[in-house]
Amino acid sequence: MATDVETRVDPRLTVGARIPFKWVTLFVIIGAVLPFFLEGYATFQGTLIMIYAIAILGLNLLTGFNGQFSLGHSAFYAVGAYTAAILVYHLDWPVYVTIPFGGIVCFIAGFLFGLPALRLEGLYLALATFALGVSVPQILKSSHLEGLTGGVQGLDIFRPKVPAFLSENFGITMDQWWYMIAFVTMLFMFWIAWNLINSRTGRAMMAIRDNPIAARSMGVNASLYKSLTFGVSAFYTGIAGALAAIVIEFVAPDSFTFQLSILLFIGMVVGGTGSIWGAIFGGFFILSVPNYAEEISTGLSYAIFGVILILVIYVMPSGFAGLVNVLKMRVKKMF
Amino acid sequence: MDLFLQQILTGIANGAIYACLALAVVMIYQAIDHFNFAQGEMAMFSTYICWAMIAGGLPYWVAFFATIIISFIGGLAIERIIFKPLHSAPVLSHIVVFIGLVAIFNSTAGAIWDHNIKTFPSPFPEGSFGGLIGLHEVGMFFVTLFLLLAIFCFFRFTRVGMAMQAAAANPASAGLVGIRVGWMLALGWGLAAAIGAVAGMMIAPIVFLEPNMMLGILLYGFAAAIVGGISSPGGAVAGGFLVGIIENLAGTYIPAIGSELKLTVALVLIVTVLLFKPNGLFGKTIVTRV
Repeated sequence: MATDVETRVDPRLTVGARIPFKWVTLFVIIGAVLPFFLEGYATFQGTLIMIYAIAILGLNLLTGFNGQFSLGHSAFYAVGAYTAAILVYHLDWPVYVTIPFGGIVCFIAGFLFGLPALRLEGLYLALATFALGVSVPQILKSSHLEGLTGGVQGLDIFRPKVPAFLSENFGITMDQWWYMIAFVTMLFMFWIAWNLINSRTGRAMMAIRDNPIAARSMGVNASLYKSLTFGVSAFYTGIAGALAAIVIEFVAPDSFTFQLSILLFIGMVVGGTGSIWGAIFGGFFILSVPNYAEEISTGLSYAIFGVILILVIYVMPSGFAGLVNVLKMRVKKMF
Repeated sequence: MDLFLQQILTGIANGAIYACLALAVVMIYQAIDHFNFAQGEMAMFSTYICWAMIAGGLPYWVAFFATIIISFIGGLAIERIIFKPLHSAPVLSHIVVFIGLVAIFNSTAGAIWDHNIKTFPSPFPEGSFGGLIGLHEVGMFFVTLFLLLAIFCFFRFTRVGMAMQAAAANPASAGLVGIRVGWMLALGWGLAAAIGAVAGMMIAPIVFLEPNMMLGILLYGFAAAIVGGISSPGGAVAGGFLVGIIENLAGTYIPAIGSELKLTVALVLIVTVLLFKPNGLFGKTIVTRV
């Protein structure tokens, strides 16, 4: 009897879903070739899109896969960025090392914030993180930390040049080099997220999202997984923050206001809550829409975001990724 | 001693505003079980409407009451148009719409009335009361008190108020006895928007008018609602005064906080209360049935 039941199990549940190699290869090739056809500024924008995508993926791990809400991810983004900036500015650390370090500091911060947040269900957590997001810029500006953070002025840092053999032999520019670093980092982070979601841990995370009481009675240590997920989510956002600080070569408190939290949140919802690759589209969306919106009317870009956000909830609650899935099904049905 | 008394009085005056916003937050929370993150931006937008009317030549009190009515209708419309179709949608959808509203109001206000900081007139005479507290603060306190009394009477002594309470407490049974639950929700939204508008117009002379003026104040409003207990309107008001006083005393007597870390006080308050007394000081414990 027992074997009979086991053979019927959906293979995706025991082995995990397979990476769609065709699509990933196509994406990697396009992504790697792109900076050689784009102008410098477009390459820079592409870098920012990928950085946002990493941060959005972090938020998505928390909200889309674990069912916890955060309106305070700008705080973790800030922590990552400031960690990198301070290490480079004050301690002269090599810039490349500070990127994972920013992530690790954020993991600890996120885990510690996640511990009290455990007691907070859904909306209360959103509220606590809202408070975090609103108060962080003020903390960064505080005169007590001014020696460390540079106060309102922020910190200037300089990113290292392209390795000599690349710039001399292949004519790689600064923008292209940092695009590549962001690209590789993003691929790596997405690969980790994919493996995480398709593992025992990932299934536990989703079980907590879908039915916390049932998950607990199945023996899932809900509190541990929830605070760990918070930490991992903060880790992703911290990596993105550190990368952003280095690529932009500047950090200041006003880059990490509550609006940034809103921006990441918008990217997650539009890209697709609970979809890994949707984060890339989310990053693209939040970076490009303001550019177009400014052409229609200056200052109205957030209003356009707001309208699109509400429309998304009405017509495609699973975001862009969900839309693509639906279209795929339609096309399959036709043949 | 004078400083202490002065800080307490200022705390009470600011607390009055937090109490107003907390009350608005609690009203919507009771109706739909959600925090309205757009409450602050709605209040800010109402305040701008009032400012525009005064700038257009209307006397203060006419503009004041016109704004309250407009806000009421606006709140009603938001519930009917945007939230009604999402009635049974998951929490995420609601939060998304709140965030969408925040973005829309914030950006539209900036686009219509630009981002420059504006002064907002006070209806009360200048000067101070015994050198301790400004007359505007005193007026603000009494306006809030009057508002709270009016709301209390509305819920206690009118049929509509009772019906709203019933609809919030038990929608299914309320529907069975003939209460139009959907419209009661909309009414709750309208009232919350109107209360928020009063809070915005009262605080604007102090913090000045600009699109982001309510963000910090909303945080205090939330803190007040959490401290007092999100399920109790009376508690939210008490929480508002308490938070106002704590904020001022902490800013004055703890040198590390000063005026520059006041928002952090709200963060710490919220997290502490949620950790040790999640239902607030006056809230009821809610038990979930498996």
